[in-house]
Amino acid sequence: MTATAERAASALERYEAVIGIEIHCQLRTASKMFCSCSTQYDGAPPNTHTCPVCLGLPGALPVMNKAAVEHVIATGLAIEASVPEHTQWERKNYFYPDLPKGYQISQYAIPLAADGRLTVDTSAGPFTVLIRRAHLEEDTAKLAHGDAPSSSGYRTTLVDFNRSGAPLMEIVTEPCLRTAEQARRYAEELQLLLRAIGVSDADMERGQMRVEANVSLRPRGTEPFGTRVEVKNMNSFRAVERAIAYEIDRQAAAIDAGEPLSMETRGWDDGRQATYRMRSKETSEDYRYFPEPDLPPLRVDRAWIERIRDGVPELPAARRKRYVAAGITPYDASVIVADQGMTGAFEAISAAGAAVPAKEVANFVTGPHARLAKAAGLNPRGTAGPSDPREIAAILAAIADGTVGRPIGRDLLDRHLADGTPAADLLATVRSTISDDDDLLAHVEAVIRANPKAVADFRAGKPVTGFFVGQVMRATGGAADAARVTALVRARLEAEG
Amino acid sequence: MAEDLTTLLAHQMAARLRAGEVTSRELAEAHLARAHATDRGLHAWLSLDDDRALAEADAADARLAAARAAGPAALDALHPLHGVPVALKDLVSVKGGQCTAGSRILEGYRAPYDAHITERLHEAGAVILGKTNMDEFAMGSSCEHSAFGPTANPWDLGRVPGGSSGGSAASVAAFQTPLSIGTDTGGSIRQPAALCGIVGMKPTYGRVSRYGIVAFASSLDQVGPFGRDVRDASALLHAVSGRDERDSTSAPIPVPEDLVRLPSSDDEAAAWLRGRRFGVPREYFVAGMDPGVEARIREAVAVLAASGASVEEVSLPHTDYGLATYYIVAPAEASANLARYDGVRFGHSVRGGEDYLADYLATRGSGFGAEVKRRIMLGTYALSAGYYDAFYLKALKVRTLIKRDFDVLFEAGFDALVAPTSPDVAFRFGDKMADPVRMYLSDACTLPVNMAGLPGISVPCGLSEGLPVGLQFIGPAWSEAALLRAARAYEGATAGADWRQVLPRDLALLEDPGIATPAERAAAPH
Ligand SMILES: [Zn+2]
Repeated sequence: MTATAERAASALERYEAVIGIEIHCQLRTASKMFCSCSTQYDGAPPNTHTCPVCLGLPGALPVMNKAAVEHVIATGLAIEASVPEHTQWERKNYFYPDLPKGYQISQYAIPLAADGRLTVDTSAGPFTVLIRRAHLEEDTAKLAHGDAPSSSGYRTTLVDFNRSGAPLMEIVTEPCLRTAEQARRYAEELQLLLRAIGVSDADMERGQMRVEANVSLRPRGTEPFGTRVEVKNMNSFRAVERAIAYEIDRQAAAIDAGEPLSMETRGWDDGRQATYRMRSKETSEDYRYFPEPDLPPLRVDRAWIERIRDGVPELPAARRKRYVAAGITPYDASVIVADQGMTGAFEAISAAGAAVPAKEVANFVTGPHARLAKAAGLNPRGTAGPSDPREIAAILAAIADGTVGRPIGRDLLDRHLADGTPAADLLATVRSTISDDDDLLAHVEAVIRANPKAVADFRAGKPVTGFFVGQVMRATGGAADAARVTALVRARLEAEG
Repeated sequence: MAEDLTTLLAHQMAARLRAGEVTSRELAEAHLARAHATDRGLHAWLSLDDDRALAEADAADARLAAARAAGPAALDALHPLHGVPVALKDLVSVKGGQCTAGSRILEGYRAPYDAHITERLHEAGAVILGKTNMDEFAMGSSCEHSAFGPTANPWDLGRVPGGSSGGSAASVAAFQTPLSIGTDTGGSIRQPAALCGIVGMKPTYGRVSRYGIVAFASSLDQVGPFGRDVRDASALLHAVSGRDERDSTSAPIPVPEDLVRLPSSDDEAAAWLRGRRFGVPREYFVAGMDPGVEARIREAVAVLAASGASVEEVSLPHTDYGLATYYIVAPAEASANLARYDGVRFGHSVRGGEDYLADYLATRGSGFGAEVKRRIMLGTYALSAGYYDAFYLKALKVRTLIKRDFDVLFEAGFDALVAPTSPDVAFRFGDKMADPVRMYLSDACTLPVNMAGLPGISVPCGLSEGLPVGLQFIGPAWSEAALLRAARAYEGATAGADWRQVLPRDLALLEDPGIATPAERAAAPH
C-alpha cells in the first residue's frame, strides 16, 4: 500500500467517499458514427480520414451508423440495463476548435441504455456498481497545442480531424462507489465486458477508454454531498485507483484543516503521482440540448433487441463462474478470463478435448502456453505459435489418463509448442518404451535385482518404494506413468516380503 | 437568326434541342450573354461560370448527338432538362465552386463536393450557369440581407424581388435563365416567385435531399424549382427529387413520372379542375393585406369555381401562432447550424486574439450580418436553460397543432387549399428593413406550410398596380403531382388573360450598361 493509499484508508474511517465514474469508450466499428470515413486512423497522417460530414462543412448531413447503435444496445443488455423503444439524437452545443460543427450529436433525454448494473470482486467481497445510463455520441477532433509562440508571435494549435466523428459510448454510474479500489475494479471489469462482447478494444493507453471520476467526501453518517471534484487524465487502471485515493486524501486533509474545496476539474499527473487543478467548474455550462433535426428519431423494436441479445456472448462473470464450477481455482479463472488470448486458448483446447480435466487445461494455458503466446503470438486456431488445440488436447489427455508421465508429458507439450509436431508422433516415441505393464515389469524386475540391499531394507520395514520408483523412472527416461510404476513396485515388493 | 433564345421556355428548348434546331451551347451562350449584359441593374447573380457552363453544354450536345444517332428511344430517354440552362441559389454546393450563402463568413470557401441536387442536375444533363444572390443564410424576405448587396425586381428596379431566393426568382423573371433552384424555409421560394411573377414551388419536406445545401433551419428547409411556367418548374422538380442515402430526412418515396407529363394543352389542363374541391383558408386573408392582392386572389378563386371546381371557405385556426412559432423553431435550429462558421477550417477567419474565444468573436462578429446575428441570438435564447420549455418545447407543440389543422382539411377530402402567397406585392428597398417584424410578416401565408412540411406552389394570378400577385396552392404531403396538375390547370384556365401578356416593366432598362445598381438604388432616398 502506498503512503497515499494508507492515508486515504484512514480518511475513510472518518469520511465517506462518494464516487461516480464516467467512461467514454470508442466503439469498434468499420466507419465513423455519422459518415463513411474509416475508423482505422491510428498512426495515419493527420486529416487523412475526413469528409465533409466529419469536417462539419456547410451542407453536410449525418447518417447514423447502425452498428454503433447495436454496440450500445449490446452493452446495455450485458449490464442488465433497460433499452427504450424510442430514442432520439440531440445536439449538445458548445464552441471549441475540436468540435467542427459547434455541436456534438449526442443523446440527452433518452439514453440507449438506462439503469444497469455490474458486479465486481473486490478485496472486501463482491460489489455491485449501479449504472445510470449508457449513450452514444460522436468523438471530437484532436488538438495539438504548440509549446512556444511561432515566429508570428502567436501560439498555434493544430487540429487533426481523423478522430472527429468516431463513435463514442459514454457510460455513467450512479455516485454509488465508495473506494478507489471499487472504481478500479469497475473500470477493469467493464473493459473485460466490452472486449468480451466485442464492442470496443477499450485500450486506456490508446485513449479508446477514458475514465473520469467525480469524487467528494462527506462525514460518515451524513447525507448531503460534499464539494465535487472531477478527475481526468487517468491513463491506466492503476492511475484510476491512485488518483481517487489521492483525491480522498487531499480532500480529507483540506476539510480537516478547515480549507474550502472548490468545484473544479483536476488532472492526474502520473509522474508526480498527484492531481492538479485544470479549471473551475463553478458555473455549469448551458449546452442548449435540442433534438437533432437532421436525424429522425430512432425506433428500437423488440425484435431488433432480441437479435442483438442473441449475439451477446457469455460475459466474463458467467465465464468465471463456469470455469470454477469445472474445477479451476477462482484465481486461475479470473486470470484466464481477464486475458482474451488465454480465454480463447482455453476454450479451443477444452473444445478439442472434452475428456481433459479443466484444471489440466488451465495449468497449461496459464503456464507454458502463456509464455509462448507472449513471445510468438496467437495463431488463427487460437493457440500460440505453431501449436494446435487438438494436438495439445491429445497430449493433455495422455497425461490425464496416465498414458504418459507428467515430466515426459510436459516435455511433449514443449516440443509441440516449439515446432507443432503432431501429438500422435510425439506419443508414439514415448509409447514404444512404455506400451504395457510387461515392459514396466521388466524394468521393475531389473531394478529389484540390482538393489538387494534396498530389498533388505524393505523387509526391515524401511520406506524404500520411492527409491525403486525413481530408479524405474530413470531407467525409462521418464516415459513411464509414475503412478503405475508405484503400483507395480509395491506389488513386486509385496512378493519379496 | 436574330431570334432571342432567352425568351423560350425550358420545354420549348427541350423540343428544339431534340429536333436539332438549337444546341445546348447556343442556349448557354445566349443566357450567359444576357446575364452578363443585364445584371448590373439587377444583381441577380453572385457568380457566373461561363467556362464550366459551356463545357457542360458541349457535353450535353455530344450526348444529344449520340442519342439522335441511336434513334427516338434514346432521345426520349434524355431528361427534359437535358441541355437546358439552370441557375443555383448560392447555397448549393458545386464541387470546386464558391458557395457563399450570401454571407461574408463564407467568402473564399470553395465547396469540395457536389450537393445531391448538383449531381442530379448533372445526371439530367442540365447546364449550370452560375450562382444567384440571396438573403444571408436564407434569412430574409427581400434579398436586402445579402452581404453582397441587394437584388432588384425586374418589374420595378426600385423594389425588392422577395427573398430569400431573390436572385433565383429575379434571374428567371428577367430571362437570364429559364430555370433556377431556390430553397424555402418559410416562403423563400414562393414569396419571391409571387413578387417576380413566376412559378415557384416548395416540395414536401423530404422530397428533395438537403445534402450539400447550406442549412438554415434543418426541419424546415426544402429545395425547390423556379420557372416561368408550371411545366418548367415541374420538370426541374422531377430532376432533383428523390431519396438520397446521405440525407436521413429524405423520404424513400418514388418520384412521380407525372411531373414530366403535365398536359401541354391549356384546355386539357383546365379540364382537370372539374369536380375538384378547394378550400380557401380565411386566416390567410390577413388584416392589412394589399387590397389589390386580395382582389386578384378572389378572382383566381372565381376562375377555379367557373372551371367546375367546388370552392369552400375553410379555417386553419392555429395560423395566427405560425409566425411566433416559426421564429422560435427556425432561429433555434439556425443558432446551432451556424455554429460551424468559426473561422477554424474555412471561409472568413480573424486570428491573433488572446485566445480561441477572442478569434471566434472577431470572426463571427465581422463575418455575419445583422439579421443573422439577430436570429442566432433569438435561437440561442430560446434554447437556453430555463427558457427551453417555455419557448422551444412549446413551439414544437404548437407546430403539431398547425400541422393538425391541415391534416383535418385534407382528411375531409380537399384536393388543395388556395391562398395568397404573400399579403403584399413587391415592396420598395428599405421599406421593411427598419422593422424586422414587418419583414417577418411577409411570410405569414407561407411559413405555416413549412411548419407542416407540406408542398406549396405559387403561380402568377394577375397584377396589382402593375406588380405581380402570386396564388398559392397547398396540398397534402407527397401530393406534388396533383398540386402541379392544379397549378397547371389554373394556368391553362387563365392562358388567355390579358395580364399574362405583360412583361416585367423594367426589363428594357436593364439593357442600359450605365444603370444604377440595386445597392445604389437601395441607398438612395426615395
Ligand atoms: Zn467523415
